[in-house]
Amino acid sequence: MMQERLLELQEEALQKVAAASELKELNEVRVSYLGKKGPITEVLRGMGKLSAEERPKIGALANDVREAIASKIEEKQKALETAAVNAKLATETIDVTLPGRPVNKGNLHPLTRVVEEIEDLFIGMGYTVAEGPEVESDYYNFEALNLPKSHPARDMQDSFYITDEILMRTHTSPVQARTMEKHKGQGPVKIICPGKVYRRDNDDATHSHQFQQIEGLVIDENISMSDLKGTLDVFAKKVFGQDREIRLRPSFFPFTEPSVEVDISCKICGGKGCSVCKQTGWIEVLGGGIVHPNVLEMAGFDSKKYSGFAFGIGVERIAMLKYGVDDIRHFYTNDVRFLKQFHHHEA
Amino acid sequence: MFVSYKWLQDYVDLSGINATELADKITKSGIEVEGVEKKSEGLKGVVIGHVLEREQHPNADKLNKCLVDIGAENPVQIICGAPNVDKGQKVAVATVGAVLPGNFKIKKAKLRGEESHGMICSLQELGFESKLVSKDYATGIFVFPNDTEVGKDALEELGLSDEVLELGLTPNRSDALSMLGVAYEVGAILGREVKWPVIENEEAAEKASDYISVKVEAKADNPLYIAKIIKDVKVGPSPLWMQTRLMSAGIRPHNNVVDITNYILLEYGQPLHAFDYDRFGSKEIVIRRAKDAEKIVTLDEAERTLTPEHLVITNGNEPVAIAGVMGGANSEVKNDTTNIIIESAYFAGTVVRKASKDHGLRSEASARFEKGVDPARVREAGERAAQLIAQYAGGTILQGTAEVDELTMEPAVISITLEKINTLLGTGMTVSEVESIFKRLQFGVELDNETFTITVPTRRGDITIEADLVEEAARLYGYDNIPATLPIGSATPGQLTDYQIKRRKARRTLEGAGLYQAVTYSLTSQEKAAQFALETRESIRLAMPMSEERSQLRLSIVPQLLEVVKYNNARQLDSLALYEIGSVFFKQDGQELPEEKEHIAGAITGLWESHLWQGEKKPVDFYVAKGVIEALFDTLGLADQISYRQAEINDMHPGRTAEVLLNSEVIGFIGQVHPTVQKDLDIKETYIFELSLKALAEAEVAPIAYETIPRYPSTTRDIALVVDKATKAGDIQSIIIEAGGKLLKEVGIFDLYEGERMEQGKKSIAYSLKYFDPERTLTDEDITKAHDNVLAAVKEKAGAELRG
Ligand SMILES: [Zn+2]
Repeated sequence: MMQERLLELQEEALQKVAAASELKELNEVRVSYLGKKGPITEVLRGMGKLSAEERPKIGALANDVREAIASKIEEKQKALETAAVNAKLATETIDVTLPGRPVNKGNLHPLTRVVEEIEDLFIGMGYTVAEGPEVESDYYNFEALNLPKSHPARDMQDSFYITDEILMRTHTSPVQARTMEKHKGQGPVKIICPGKVYRRDNDDATHSHQFQQIEGLVIDENISMSDLKGTLDVFAKKVFGQDREIRLRPSFFPFTEPSVEVDISCKICGGKGCSVCKQTGWIEVLGGGIVHPNVLEMAGFDSKKYSGFAFGIGVERIAMLKYGVDDIRHFYTNDVRFLKQFHHHEA
Repeated sequence: MFVSYKWLQDYVDLSGINATELADKITKSGIEVEGVEKKSEGLKGVVIGHVLEREQHPNADKLNKCLVDIGAENPVQIICGAPNVDKGQKVAVATVGAVLPGNFKIKKAKLRGEESHGMICSLQELGFESKLVSKDYATGIFVFPNDTEVGKDALEELGLSDEVLELGLTPNRSDALSMLGVAYEVGAILGREVKWPVIENEEAAEKASDYISVKVEAKADNPLYIAKIIKDVKVGPSPLWMQTRLMSAGIRPHNNVVDITNYILLEYGQPLHAFDYDRFGSKEIVIRRAKDAEKIVTLDEAERTLTPEHLVITNGNEPVAIAGVMGGANSEVKNDTTNIIIESAYFAGTVVRKASKDHGLRSEASARFEKGVDPARVREAGERAAQLIAQYAGGTILQGTAEVDELTMEPAVISITLEKINTLLGTGMTVSEVESIFKRLQFGVELDNETFTITVPTRRGDITIEADLVEEAARLYGYDNIPATLPIGSATPGQLTDYQIKRRKARRTLEGAGLYQAVTYSLTSQEKAAQFALETRESIRLAMPMSEERSQLRLSIVPQLLEVVKYNNARQLDSLALYEIGSVFFKQDGQELPEEKEHIAGAITGLWESHLWQGEKKPVDFYVAKGVIEALFDTLGLADQISYRQAEINDMHPGRTAEVLLNSEVIGFIGQVHPTVQKDLDIKETYIFELSLKALAEAEVAPIAYETIPRYPSTTRDIALVVDKATKAGDIQSIIIEAGGKLLKEVGIFDLYEGERMEQGKKSIAYSLKYFDPERTLTDEDITKAHDNVLAAVKEKAGAELRG
């Protein structure tokens, strides 16, 4: 009898659990069936009338029934809670396509961007970054670079002189002269010299009275033209892309001998010739050469023991080619619509 | 230098190589060919015509009606407006269907009722620049020599179908300022011979030295002077081929004598001058420095005042030419000249440069003397001129010369080893490869084992040292054949200096804070140079500025940044945050060079935060700008060493400006631009700062030392203090920190109230104080003790009362 009653109660309770649609209802089921005053407890109270044989059996059954009901209630409770949370979240849905809250961020000027990129490349090859004054003595700007006062390539009209002896530097080469002097005839020297330089030019789309250069100098035993070529090949590929080639053409600078002009293959036409490269397939990007023995000797290096190469890069020219900027004045106008374009890392 | 492809073939065989290929080879081996031009490109239908009849146009005073034989079946009628057209002339006729420069097509036309079947052309109409057209034809049509064949291609006759290479010569390659010089270069590139003009002059029995003598008083300036005399010349036009060659090289034809001297200048690179012997004024040529204030009227009819820095040719009495620059009007060769003196001389570059510069007379001749002519060609150039004058202007060449020759010319002899060449170039050239290069250059070569002894001809004055020979070897070997390697040698650490790293960190921090980097000019106006300057020191002015706007070196960056703000504001770009890092320049007494300091400056204006669809906008204020520089000081590890002091600075808002101090030294300022200045500049409310980056980067920074993460809880106590409005929050904070002792770890401000519920002249500042001890949990007693100290101190030192 008691056995039937227990199974009946289990059946009844499970039906109610299944039917419960709210936590409160479910709780009522728990209290009414599993509570101290519930029907199962009541059944167990009548166990005294049973035989010693039957007693444990009924006891065990009663426990099973309790557990079955409790576990179902728990299961149901979780389901109801989940449903309740889901219902609440459904009301909290937002439009994820609305724009995010802007975080203020700025970026480097394109010229500094180019300079830092080149600095990092050469630092990786064992160079240090040397800097020097923008107002220079005639000696370091010209004379120490094999440009004596009577030299035809020197013209007062091309430089901003302050007095007869000092001027706004016309290139960053004086930094090379100063650095060489500091080394007191001892190699190796491996430097790049970035900085602002000044020339008496009227500002227009391709000229600027102020611009930036990066010059490089290596002095050691057995430095050769092929080392310059290899170094500039690394430079061209890093700055302009792995598929670029370089070409050296003979040229003339007072501080190098032999001197070369360096072209890179035109990216736009792939070397076939176009308006950007003036139909040649090549674009002139920099000049360089083997350091003139007079320059080495003037700085205290034995030109029989040491040789060196030097090169000079126009930063604006690189930036214009790299980013397609068509007017050099943009770099100095600082229109924020221009400045903001140079923000992300390129592969 | 313009080089005619056809003319060049007089000196070097160019078979099998066209002008474009030649240009490419020349460029690759060292002289940049900047262009190859064929003037007749796109032109057609211009023939030689013979003017059979000319009469006045019946309906127009200024027009001529001409009947012209153009080599066709019938002559054609052409209406021509040129004042110099006449019967019997040979002229260039653009026939119907012809195309002239500018894609101008010639059609049959009716002019004032008369048919015109073509056009008789001036040289300008055929594409010649006006400055190249002989003065005889400057305002009319060009008249060809009488023997020109009718019907022939006029463009061809005028040398327009020739191709002209434009050489961009670097200053060291003045040897290529002549056709012969270019021939040597091309000969070396192609491995072909150079053919010189053959000179066989028939000379009269009369001696030149009986007609003229030469005396040089300035031998350093003029070690070689040769005069030749040619009698009985007939001045007239030079042959057409010579005129066209001159024009292709950019020289205007005049008459046969002058044209020949110019032709030799182009052929040999040796400038010559012709004097009218009968107008010379004496029988002696004296070369000397000019006397002070001596005067000469030059060929261009300008009177020029000379100084002892100028070299002159005189007749013993007065100057007849400025040496190497320009002749005098008094001895000019004119149409009636019959006897001439040809001068061929070596003038020093410096003295010619001085005169050409002082008188603003730069010419083909002066340019060549300035760069140095080949001493070996001076004599021959004079002989060649005599030859051509006799041939094309008639006349008799007198025997010999009158001359002074004290020119010693030792060709440079340089030794170099094969190893040196290969080491400097990184190549593996063989002895025979190098030897062949020097031989192609027609240098003297002696070879001993692997050492070359090279004798350099005087035409290559640019070659004086080993490195110059290395360059010759490199360019003719071909740079494309040089391998690409990287330097091998002692390893060197590549790294930035501490300063450079800090500068980069400053850039990163400011970008992270939302500022864009600007780069502006260092040169500015006198007025702006010192505005907002951190230090009142003298600024530096250029000796010869190009404009007042760029005449002075800046003492501060801010004025330039404000210009950038103005530029952008004028384009409705109102929200801006910019910084710049750059040098400012101060004059230093007793020092040659100025003091250069790197500064870091910023300008911020407009909205700082704006999130429009959520309705949030926050304009820039002082504290935004201050937050930016605080972040910078934090990155540089200097936050503890920085303090601010209310300050009054010119052109800054008097109540919203602070000096920035590093320890006790002022290293910058921050604040709002004075509203009147903002108004003058037409910019919106703008906050700026300028700091000495040098001071910041050079300041000592404590090393980073790990501090134990506290294991014991901290306790926070908040206090609201009522103080006078003028009391500075920073001062109270300092008092709190000092009084709080070592248990007080953090002080922060969480509220500021200055509203109407406060007593007049008072404000309330609320501080949050955090106490803890890394060794133990603090007791209430400990904290109260420290906190009471704080309260007592602020009361005593700042008159602060706890807000009730
Ligand atoms: Zn291209």
